[in-house]
Amino acid sequence: MDEYRQGVRDSLPVMLGVVPFGITCGIMGLSAGLTPVETVLMSLLVFAGAAQFIGITMLGAGLSGWGLIVFTTLLINLRHLLMGMSLAPYLLKLPLARQLLLTFSLTDEAYAVIMSRTDREGYNANYQMGSSWAFYIIWAASTTVGVLVGSYIPDPLAWGLDFAMPATFLAMLMPRLTNYVSIAVCSVAAIVAVVGAVYLPGKWYIIAACLAASITGGLLEKEDKHAF
Amino acid sequence: MRSEILLIILGMAAVTFLTRFGAVALLKQTGLPTWFERWFKHLPTAVLTALIVPGLILPQGWIDLSLHNHYLLAGILTAIAAYLGRNAMLTMGLGLISILSLRWLGI
Repeated sequence: MDEYRQGVRDSLPVMLGVVPFGITCGIMGLSAGLTPVETVLMSLLVFAGAAQFIGITMLGAGLSGWGLIVFTTLLINLRHLLMGMSLAPYLLKLPLARQLLLTFSLTDEAYAVIMSRTDREGYNANYQMGSSWAFYIIWAASTTVGVLVGSYIPDPLAWGLDFAMPATFLAMLMPRLTNYVSIAVCSVAAIVAVVGAVYLPGKWYIIAACLAASITGGLLEKEDKHAF
Repeated sequence: MRSEILLIILGMAAVTFLTRFGAVALLKQTGLPTWFERWFKHLPTAVLTALIVPGLILPQGWIDLSLHNHYLLAGILTAIAAYLGRNAMLTMGLGLISILSLRWLGI
C-alpha cells in the first residue's frame, strides 16, 4: 500500500500541470462538435493527451476519415514503444494482468516519475501502478471539468500552471547530469528536440531526440568501456 | 452517441494501446538482447530533456530566446534551483512562483 501511495505522492506536482491540459481537452472536444460523453469517453479509452488534441482537431476540421485519424494517432504514440522497451526488463517479470494494466496506463509523465524512482531505489510495480493510475484519474476528471464548465473558463493554458510540469521534470533531470555521458545525452536530446519541434509534425521530436540521444549515450558508454 | 465517432475513438484507443503494449509483447517472444541495457540506460534523461526543452524554448510553437519568453526565464531559474536544492516540491514551488510573478509583473 505504501508503494502505491508513494507513487501517487511523487506524481502530484506533475498532476497539477496536467489539469489545465485536461480542461483544455474537454473544451476542445465540445468546440469540435463532440458531445460531452464522447469527449470524456475518449479520455477514458485513449488516455493520450497529444493524440487526443490532434484527433479532436482533425474531427473538428471535418475533413479526415477514420483511417487518417487512427493512423495519425499511431504515429504520435509510437514513442511509447521506446518507453515500453526501457521498462520491459521489469514488466516481463510480472503476471499478464499487471502487464496489461501497467502498459495501458503508460504516459510520458508517469514514465518520467517512475524512472526517477527506479534510479534512486529500484523498480517497483505497485509504485508504477499508483503513479500511472493517478494520472489516469486526474486526466479523466479534468476532461470532465472541461466539458462541464469549459465555456466559463477563458483559457486554462494561459494560467501558467502548465509550467508545473516542466518545473517538476527539471527537478528530476538535473540530479541525473552527474557525468559527461549524461550531459552529452541531455545536450543532444535538447538540440534535436528543439530542431525537431520546429521541423517535424506532432510529437515526432520526442522520438527523434530519444533515438539520437540514446545512440549518443550507447556509443559513449562503449568508448568508456574500451578506455578501462 | 454516434457510431462513426465511437469507431474513431475505439480505433484511436486500439492503436494507442498497441504502442504501449507492443514492446512488452515483442520482447516476450524474443527475450531481452544483451546490448539492451547500454542503449536504454540513458533513455530517461533523453525523454525528460525532450519533454522540458521545447516547452521552454518554443512555448508558442516558434523559437523564442527573448526576455519576453517567461517560460525560458522561469525554466532557467528552476533549473538552477533544481541543481542547488535537489528537492522536487521546493523546485516546483519556486518554478510556479517565478512564472506567475513574471506573468503578473508583465516583464
